[in-house]
Amino acid sequence: MKHLKQYGIIAAVTFAGEAVKYFVPLPVPGSIYGLLILLALLMSGILKLEAVKEAADFLIEIMPVMFIPAAAGLVVSWSALSKMLAPVCVIVVVSTFVVMVVTGKVTDWLMDRNTKEAE
Amino acid sequence: MDELVRNCAAAGVVISLTAYGIGSALRKRFNTPLMNPLMIAVILVISFLLATGVEYDSYNDGAKYLSYLLMPATVSLAVPLYQKLDLLRKNMVAVFAGIISGVISSLLCVLMMSLLFGLSHEAYVTLLPKSITTAIGIGVAEELGGHITITAAVIIITGVLGNVSAEAVCRLAKIRHPISRGLAIGTASHAIGTAKALEMGETEGAMSSLAIVVSGILTVIGASILSVLI
Repeated sequence: MKHLKQYGIIAAVTFAGEAVKYFVPLPVPGSIYGLLILLALLMSGILKLEAVKEAADFLIEIMPVMFIPAAAGLVVSWSALSKMLAPVCVIVVVSTFVVMVVTGKVTDWLMDRNTKEAE
Repeated sequence: MDELVRNCAAAGVVISLTAYGIGSALRKRFNTPLMNPLMIAVILVISFLLATGVEYDSYNDGAKYLSYLLMPATVSLAVPLYQKLDLLRKNMVAVFAGIISGVISSLLCVLMMSLLFGLSHEAYVTLLPKSITTAIGIGVAEELGGHITITAAVIIITGVLGNVSAEAVCRLAKIRHPISRGLAIGTASHAIGTAKALEMGETEGAMSSLAIVVSGILTVIGASILSVLI
């Protein structure tokens, strides 16, 4: 029963996020609104962490599996993708590494600076 | 075979989970980041479909229930984020500056390389939202006149690449703080990368989740501005 209740709460918040998406004409998915709503509920204390924690942890733990169907869909989009395969490959590989390194290094640098100021 | 898979709702789920199980077993057996369970599972499922002649739609008839779980799972990312809220408050400036720098470098990187390859406007805006979560990225590409099937494929490839390479990139680039690692992974490779960040640690996972939200929203704005350049 406990897990059903936890999943029920998460489903309700997901629905609330989808409802926001329905009324707000922005290209932001309902799941992102839902994430922000759940965060707000937890921060305000309306919802206790224990009320959703186990179901949320379970969903997060199995998350990689949820990407398999979409990724296997490459089989279908392959013909469209193959027309611009070379530029796509280069752009995807280079930009993914650049973004990762830039984000990480900038954050590292700013955090080190904060620590030094604090000392 | 196609008939069988199409008529059994559980078939798609079983195929996906079996593929992931094999991927996990290979990961345990050979402990290297190249043995990424998600990547192996995707390769196995695609090979299975091609080898047996099962249509993707027949497979996805059942497998879509796994995709369906992505919505509540994404909502659930609020939980690790909430648990690390103090850490976020203490490092607010560094965290947001980090994500902003990542979003700008992503957009500029695509812009410069599109110029280099002489891509059309359509191809350029198709690739522009490649680092953000699928649902936002497709919305952005559609709005700007891109080819959304390719956008979806490119976003997924980016995510899997981020998932596979995250640990190595963080080590080689000497990204030290768990906060920085999480933000780097989430900003570069959205939810699929975040799945790896969550395995690396609680802080990495929480920061990666935050980066999905913030970089997604910032990209909506940034991509609209930069889309006029090609």
